[in-house]
Formats: sequence, C-alpha cells, structure tokens
Amino acid sequence: MQAALTSVVLVVIVLGALILAASGIWWFTPLASNWNEIDGALLLTLAVIGLAFVVLNIVLAYLVLRYRYREQSRAHFLPDNPKLEKILIGITALGIVILLAPGLLAYSRFISPPRDALTIEVLGEQWRWSYRYPGPDGKLGRANPKLISPKNPFGVDLTDPAALDDILSYTELHLPVGRPVVLHIRSKDVIHSFFIPSFRAKMDAVPGMVTHYWFIPTVMGRFQAVCAELCGIGHHRMQSPVLVERVEDFQQWLAKQPTVAATVKP
Amino acid sequence: MSEKTHREHGGFWSRYIFSQDHKVIAVQYTITALLIGLFGLVLSWLLRLQLGFPGSFQFVNPGSYYQMLTQHGMIMIVYLLTAILLGGFGNYLIPLMIGARDMAFPFLNMLSYWVYLLSVIVLMAAFLVPGGPTGAGWTLYPPLSALPNAAPGSGWGIKLMLVSLVIFIAAATMGGLNYVTTVLQCRTKGMTLMRMPLSVWGIFIASVMALFAFPALFVGGVMLLFDNLLGTSFFIPAVTLLGQQLPREGGNPLLFQHLFWYFGHPEVYIVILPAMGIASDLISTHSRKPIFGYNAMVIAMAAIAFIGFIVWAHHMFVSGMNPYFGFFFAVSTLIIAIPSAVKVYNWLLTLWRGNIRLNVPMLFGIGWISTFIIGGLTGLPLGNVIADVPLHDTYFVVGHFHLVMGVAALMAIFGGIYHWFPKVTGRMFHETLGKLHFWVTFVGAYAIFFPMFLMGILGVPRRYFDFNVLQYLPPQTSALNIAITVAALTVGAAQLIFLGNLIWSALKGKRAEANPWGATTLEWQTPTTPPPHDNWGAEIPTVYRWAYDYSVPGAERDFIPQNVPQASLDVHLRQPAAGEGVRSRREPGANLGGDKI
Repeated sequence: MQAALTSVVLVVIVLGALILAASGIWWFTPLASNWNEIDGALLLTLAVIGLAFVVLNIVLAYLVLRYRYREQSRAHFLPDNPKLEKILIGITALGIVILLAPGLLAYSRFISPPRDALTIEVLGEQWRWSYRYPGPDGKLGRANPKLISPKNPFGVDLTDPAALDDILSYTELHLPVGRPVVLHIRSKDVIHSFFIPSFRAKMDAVPGMVTHYWFIPTVMGRFQAVCAELCGIGHHRMQSPVLVERVEDFQQWLAKQPTVAATVKP
Repeated sequence: MSEKTHREHGGFWSRYIFSQDHKVIAVQYTITALLIGLFGLVLSWLLRLQLGFPGSFQFVNPGSYYQMLTQHGMIMIVYLLTAILLGGFGNYLIPLMIGARDMAFPFLNMLSYWVYLLSVIVLMAAFLVPGGPTGAGWTLYPPLSALPNAAPGSGWGIKLMLVSLVIFIAAATMGGLNYVTTVLQCRTKGMTLMRMPLSVWGIFIASVMALFAFPALFVGGVMLLFDNLLGTSFFIPAVTLLGQQLPREGGNPLLFQHLFWYFGHPEVYIVILPAMGIASDLISTHSRKPIFGYNAMVIAMAAIAFIGFIVWAHHMFVSGMNPYFGFFFAVSTLIIAIPSAVKVYNWLLTLWRGNIRLNVPMLFGIGWISTFIIGGLTGLPLGNVIADVPLHDTYFVVGHFHLVMGVAALMAIFGGIYHWFPKVTGRMFHETLGKLHFWVTFVGAYAIFFPMFLMGILGVPRRYFDFNVLQYLPPQTSALNIAITVAALTVGAAQLIFLGNLIWSALKGKRAEANPWGATTLEWQTPTTPPPHDNWGAEIPTVYRWAYDYSVPGAERDFIPQNVPQASLDVHLRQPAAGEGVRSRREPGANLGGDKI
C-alpha cells in the first residue's frame, strides 16, 4: 500500500513535470538573434537531463514497488558488480561528451566577435542603462571612470579626438537589424548584468572593467533588456527598451541623438 | 582521553550545558541549527508572500525584501546546513560509529559549539541594529556590499554579517580539526578506514574540504570588512555612487568572487557529502541490503571532493573574467557529474532486489534520491558554459540549488534525524506525523521548485522584488506565483509538525529498543540507549567486519553487527558452506572467514 503510493506519487511527479513543461506557457521567448546555437546546446542539454530525470525516477518507482518489504523474503546479498559499474560510468561519460562538444563549439563562437561588428557601449548604474554609439569615425572615444561627472556621465576623455562625435542615448538601445553588434559593457557603481532574454545573451557590468558580448539582431521589433545581477533596492526595476529597426530607421534615429561634443562641454 | 574527562561528574550545568560529551554537543548544535533554520524558513514565507501577492504586505518593501533574501540564503547554507551536518551529525556519529569514547579533543569540541552560538547571536543582532541586516545578497558581492548606501544594511548590517562569518569559521575550524583527527586517530580495533560507514566517510571528507575551503572565505571576508570599516580598496575600483565620485581606486570586484567561490563551491559539497553518506546508510539499512559498490562510493566521494576544488568559476561564467576560463571550468564541472551519477546508480542498485521497509527514515531516503536526481541533473545546463549564458542568474538557478543543496540535503537530514532519534533520545518518534511530514515536504518541494526551472528558461531573473517590469511574462505567471507561495506555506507548516513531533516524542514517545532498525553499525550496539557518557561502558567494541553485512547468505538474521566475530556466527549457521563460513564482501579478513582483524 505504502509502496504503491510511493511509486504512484513518483510517476505522477514525473508526469506533472512533463505536462507543465509541454504546456509551453513558460518556455523560451521567441529567439530574436543569431544565437540559435545557444538554444540548440541548451535544448540538447535539457533533452538529455529530461530523459535521465524520467528514466531514473521511473526506475526508482519500480524498485520501490517491486522490492517492497515482505516478511518471508530476504534481500539479495550483492556488494558490487565492477563490470556493471564500468558500463554505467561509460554511458555517463558518453552523455557528458555529447553535451559538452556542441556546447564548447558554440561558446567559442560566442566569445569571438566578428571584426566588422558595430561597437556600442552599455553603461550600467543604479538603476538604469545608458548607451554610447560611435560617431561618423566609427570609433568609440576613450573613457575613464575618474572623469565621470554630472555633465560627463560616461566619463568620456574629451582630449581623445575620437570621443567628441560619439552619440549618447539615455533611454533606449536601438539596433540595426542583421548587423553584428558587439557591446562594450561598463558600470559606474556596483555590479549589474545586461541581459536581453530574446537574444539569449548576458554579461555582467563590472566597475573598473569593460566586458563584452556580441550578437546579430535578426528580428525587428521591441525587446527588453533587464538587470540580472542584484544591484540594490531598484534591481527589479532596472530595464531598458531594445528596438531593432531597419538600417535606415536606425540611422535616422541616431542622427537625432545628442553627441558628446553637444552635451559635454568642458 | 583521560579517565577524569569521562567520569559522570558535575551537576546539570556541566552535563547538559557546558558538556564535553560529543553527544550533548551534537544535540546542542542540532537544536541551535534547527531553530535558526526555522527563522530562515519564516523569512522565506515572507519572501513568498510578496512574490505571490505583490504589494499586499506593507512590511515587505524592496529594502526589507532584499535584506530577508540575503539573510535567508546565508542562514540556510551556513548556519543551518553546514552546522547541522558537521556539528550535529558529525559530532553524534563519528565517535559512536568508529567505536571511540569521545572526540579526540572534547574541550575544543565544546568550545566549537559555543563559538558557533556566538556567531549565530552576532548574525541575529543584525536585525536589531540601525539599518538592519545587509541586503547585498548572500554572495556579498562588492562593491554592492562594500560601499555606504549601495545596499540596505550597508552600515552595521554588513559588518555584523562579516564578523559573524569570521566567528563561524573559527568554530568550523575547531570542529573540523576535531572530526578529522578523531577519524584518523580514534578508531577502535578492527575499524579500518575501508570498514567505516559511509556517513563517517562523508562527514570526514567534508571536514577536510571545510579546512581547505573556509580560509578563502575568511580572507575574503576580512578584506571586505576592511573595505567597509577602514576605507581600503581591495575590491573597489574607481566608482561613482549616487552621483558622487568616491575616493577609492585600484581594487578588483572579481578578486572577491574568486575567493568567495573558491570557498562557495566546495561548500556545496561540504553540505552534500555528509548528506550522501547519511542517505547511503539509510538506504542500505532499510533495504536490508549492503550498499552497492562501497569502494566506488568512497572513491566517488573523494573524487567529488577533489574535483570540487577546481570548478568554482562556473559561478562566474558571465562575470567578466577571462572568457577562455569558461572552457576549463565547463569541462571540470561536467566531469564531476560522473562520480555524482555513480552514486545515484549505486543507490538504485542498492534498492534492486532489496527488501525495502518504507518507514519514515527510508521514505526520506527515497525522497533524497529523487530530489538529488533532479537537483543534480539541472546543474548540467548551468555547468555547460554556453547554456549557462541565458540561464545564469535566472529562476533556473534558484530551482537548481534549492533542490540539490536545500531540499535533497534536508531529505537526508530529516531522514537521519528520524533514523537516529531512537538512539539519541531512547524514544520513538510518532510514525504517522513523520509520514505526513515527508509527503507534504517531498511533493511540496517539487511544486515549489519545478516551475522555477521553466520560469528560468523563459528568462525571469532571480532576486526580483516583483516581476512588474518584465514584459515577456505570460499572464498565467501571477497564478503560478500564488500557487508556489501556497505550496511554500504548506511545506513550511509541515516543518512545524516535524518540530512538534520531535519535542513531543522526546518527552512522551514510546520507549525505543536498542537497535530498532536491525542496523549493523556500532552506534546501535551500545550497552544502554541512549549511550552512556563514555559510549561503551567497561570495554570498547572490537570490529570484525564492514558496515554493510545485511542479508548475508547463510546467516541467521538479516544483519550482522560490525562487532560480531566470525566464530560466534558459525555456531548459528543454518547451512555452513563447505570450508567457508559466512562470507562477507571481498575484503582481507572477511574472505578468510576468521577472527583476523
């Protein structure tokens, strides 16, 4: 009775888990970047662990029922079975290799941005994101956290000729569709993390460092960047709209934004 | 140990309060840890109330939410799990299971408890100081944890937290040195290392790990305290906080993360290895069957401990550390899955062809296997570096670590408490209440934490006071959050039943037999129950066999205690095999079938 109950509960838990997952209510947001490789590696991992979860729990349910206590019966004295153990280790190792190989390949691409990528700086602070785009020269000017002031929120080095034409956005991240983008991520104060769920990518914003990731926005539309590292009492409000547009629309929008030269006069 | 130590001297104070008896100290550790754990549990209810019914509770605002979140995490991981497994189970089981009269250093042992209690008092004091306890997250990442006004509790709160941790580390070091020395030096005649019960192996290996891991936290904690108190900049680069340039520069926040996780990841195994050992003993005893692959179980624990020291940066895949580290730490992290999987297979193979008694300790043993499976498996996507990129710092992580080091570890702890309760108190617990406790906790834990994996896949970040700003949540999410909250409160109520059962049974429970489970290990062979102060009376036991002689073919009963010599068995043989006697497993001595030790 007790054994049957235990087995049934284990099976029901497995079924419930599968049904909740299969309902698709909480599942990946539609992918809007080139990182189908990330989804692929993650889905493969989820499939393998999902299979192991189902099989191991069903085996457990079976064993509990099949070998339940009987007064007259006696357990089988079986201290070990080295051959069986080696086979199981082999299967597990194979599973690990199947997960790791595509994962590491995808990771190596994730950390190698293409040379022609558009560079955009992301600056985190309690509790908002702002952005700096390179001007016509295509280069971001140098910045130094020591130069940050109310008039120069990015700490841009005004003696760097590449800096003056940089373009600032304090509210939204606009991106041209189909063009590789590499984000240079900084923080003014504490650690934040720049996470765009629809693009699958995130990276911490760490004061004193510049961190990176790259992607190609593939779908036009409005997305959301959020903060994924606890950064104080406004953490859960720290977000920013991300707009992926046709290249012309992007250029038009960019032309309307202020440059460093226009805002940060010494 | 001197005779003087163990004379039944002194009155109430020296016997029950300032006692040097490892059993009393174990109970002190356990009660203190359970009480502080109850406090941590109540904090989780308040967190869940906010998430299930946002804004309905005036006293939960973002500041207090993050403070309770931080304290909940730190209390549960350090002051409950670590303390109860090493200080509670370690203290009770090591001397009794290896046939010693006490720990190697009884006075140090007593000191360890009182220093631990001091760390708990300092921790709790943070709730009474101006500004309250720190709300910088249990990981205490600087600069958030180091700069004034960056996080709630940045005044007194963070300093008390760090001081409390430093005190805790002192207590854990005293305990750890004691456990390691006792296992190495105080084993009774015949108790070779490879005859020790797996509970002792798990606690022993975890204690060794603690001695290597805690110093990193100590160093990080002291440096962070200096950054807080003295204005140093170990972890703080040039920053502008709330529009103000601070006079700090030159530090590196990642340095703290490396120190923290160099401790923090082994800490996971410091909790899990004793739990694995305890679960192994529960499963073997109540299946009436030897643990499958004892040698492999010991080697797997040692391998987990060793590899566990070179996986820490998988917590830092998106921290901004050199991205090439990702390759190494992903590989080392996934390799650790192999010894972990071996353990799961061996538990299942222990059940196979067993004679499984589904009493309360065994139910928790089954619960342990199931929750360790899902908790362990969900570590794989987080360790496989590219899959971690979207999942990192989402609810997937919350589901993963709660199931593997929270729920699974607690399954082993609860199972262990029920299992050894008759020995500790001399009374039986209430069986039906125990079963109620199990079923609500086990099913409830799945209901709470499984949906979190799906929320994580969707991209819901963890440590959010509310989810209002997230535009990609389906409308059913608030219903789900209510459901999780209801499940959490129900599971919480079941823990009150557990505590009530413990108190009632300790006072009024049915008298227990000396060995109610028919177990082989030495703690069940004591002259009286509960055991006397010196554990063994006139003579310490001699060990003749490993800890898992269950259902040995030819033996009269389905278990042979470790202190039963071969000769006395041969008398009772039903069918002595030709020239062999009762065979144990392949080990020197056992094969020879004699009294050789």
